[in-house]
Amino acid sequence: MRFLITLLMALCPAAFAAAAGLEVPVIYLKQQEQQPPTLSNLDPPPADLGETGARLGLADNRTTGSFLGHSYSLEAVAVPPGGDFAAAARAALTRSALLILDAPKPALLAAAALPEAQEALLFNAASPDTGLRSGDCRRNLLHTLPSDLMRSDALMQFALSRRWTGLALIAGKHAQDQAFAGALRQSAAKFGLEITAERTWDYGADMRRNAAQEVPLMSQGLGRHDLLLVADELQDFARYLPYNTWLPRPVAGSEGLVPAAWAPVVEQWGAAQLQSRFQELAGRKMLARDYAAWAAVRSIGEAVTRTGSADAGVLRSYLLSDAFELAGFKGRPLSYRSWNGQLRQPIPLATPRALAAQAPLPGFLHQHSELDTLGLDAPESRCGAFQ
Amino acid sequence: MTHAAKSLAALALSALLAPAAPLVAAEIWVTNEKDDTISVIDIATLEVVRTIATGERPRGITFSKDFSRVYVCASDSDTVQVLDAATGKILHDLPSGEDPEQFVLHPNDRHLYIANEDDAVTTVVDTETRKVVAQINVGIEPEGMAVSPDGRIAITTSETTNMAHWIDTQTQQLFANTLVDARPRHAEFTAGGSALWVSSEIGGTITVFDTATQAETGKITFDVKGVHPDRVQPVGFAFTEDEQTAFVALGPSNHVAVVNTQTLEVEDYILVGRRVWHMAFSPDKSLLFTTNGVSGDVTVIDTAKRQALKSIKVGRFPWGAALRP
Repeated sequence: MRFLITLLMALCPAAFAAAAGLEVPVIYLKQQEQQPPTLSNLDPPPADLGETGARLGLADNRTTGSFLGHSYSLEAVAVPPGGDFAAAARAALTRSALLILDAPKPALLAAAALPEAQEALLFNAASPDTGLRSGDCRRNLLHTLPSDLMRSDALMQFALSRRWTGLALIAGKHAQDQAFAGALRQSAAKFGLEITAERTWDYGADMRRNAAQEVPLMSQGLGRHDLLLVADELQDFARYLPYNTWLPRPVAGSEGLVPAAWAPVVEQWGAAQLQSRFQELAGRKMLARDYAAWAAVRSIGEAVTRTGSADAGVLRSYLLSDAFELAGFKGRPLSYRSWNGQLRQPIPLATPRALAAQAPLPGFLHQHSELDTLGLDAPESRCGAFQ
Repeated sequence: MTHAAKSLAALALSALLAPAAPLVAAEIWVTNEKDDTISVIDIATLEVVRTIATGERPRGITFSKDFSRVYVCASDSDTVQVLDAATGKILHDLPSGEDPEQFVLHPNDRHLYIANEDDAVTTVVDTETRKVVAQINVGIEPEGMAVSPDGRIAITTSETTNMAHWIDTQTQQLFANTLVDARPRHAEFTAGGSALWVSSEIGGTITVFDTATQAETGKITFDVKGVHPDRVQPVGFAFTEDEQTAFVALGPSNHVAVVNTQTLEVEDYILVGRRVWHMAFSPDKSLLFTTNGVSGDVTVIDTAKRQALKSIKVGRFPWGAALRP
């Protein structure tokens, strides 16, 4: 047998790798949530949001694996609204130490706290909560979705580069809206911009009929500003703001010019190929959370390919090392921040039909990586779990 | 100066310049990805002398051995077009597989090895029978294509799988797959065929392999002053006649590196247009023409002085370049 293996190795390294075999099971664990109603029914979030991104990552990994004898699989598990996410995570951890989590912050923290999860490798592909990258970080939890603060920093770099220094903000009442609004305020202060007026969106009227009447009146009270920011993360009302404001002003944030991990209009840097592969697989456009799940699965694949191991500890060390780089179709290599496990990445600033810019914008400099001008840099993060 | 003296001076000047221009004007053909055209540059005058219509999204371009025909990957038309090099007329299409991006013509002057970017397949087409000879499954987003000078090995690099796939051209089967750094874009054998170079755009390196053993023997890294390493992205490259020097396009760093092929050290960086992509030499290799995708022009480099001489405006998103001597 040994002779045979040696012979195989000599004849064909690929064949030997295939004989060696390496199983890499990954589990995609989703907490289903009851979404509050929105004014428009035009484009509800796709039911397979995120999960299909993971499936595309699996397909990419499998192709590489086929040449190396690495066998990847992906199992999707959904926890119904109100279900026990931690219990589902515990069950999943008996089958794999590599989990992609699509869940809000409390569920992520519950999963990360499980004794069974301590040596596992978990990826947050859904929560933009900035605290998870700071004081609430966990050693076993990496983040592929950009934080709220990375997105708001991207937008403020753009506003500053256009000299749009006076800002107004309209924010929804949901926790996600308020979190993003908080990030916008923090970023505005960071880049020396001023939010001169704020309103909370608190109207019961049906804006599909009344936007033209309500929005001018409301925005009249905002006074002079260059750019109208909107925090409406559940896509409830913001779509009715553009062209209905008292002053003719561009809208940005959750609507208009949107900073996000990904958008269907990203086409440079080979992105057109990723978009078309996704479209073929899903029958729809690729969105930010699809991208985050794809990046998590591809990170695992890249680390397995380079280390030849499927051990969560080995993969974690490699992912957090300088050696790791992921080709993420955004023009420069992606890597993980060693201080909080956040995937370092450019942030596209997209309108519905085109990419306006991609942050970091030229001129925003950093001593190590310009990508670290977005979100919590090492001195700002209060995460201690990664030291 | 009298009129006669002026004329004499002009005559003398043109006599001085004349020997530099070849008798039959050599040309550089450049595919314009977002214009569906080819810009033809006269090497003697360094001007665009004609523009030829192609199929959709022309990228890879190469001539037949006798330069009578030109093959063009019309990616979004899902075909390889064959043009009469003299007239620029489209003669016929070849079955190329989906989304052909880049290809290489086998030394037998018959077989085209084509990377099907959207399909994870390399297609081999017989240009005479116009039939597909073989389709070989490779990694995701195949792009870089090379063939060894003896014709025995063809290479496909796959951008997302991050490998060079080694194809035995006798059996049309893979016999080795070697990992390289992220997003490999281009592959070339050295003229003797003993080494294979593969550029990795996102990895920012060129990996050198020993052809006989497929073992990695070296790696080239780049460092452009004032440009963040993330933006130094090697793509196309070409070797000088004596094989002592390689010119490497470094994408959005807007520079071409001059590499000593013996030491694998970079000797010079030449500033060119934006997002430099592929390149082609003049017949005597004294001039190098680089396609600059974002600025929509071609930079002409004096290879001896290692200086940019001129920018020539071509179509939108110039991609491939090929010499017609």
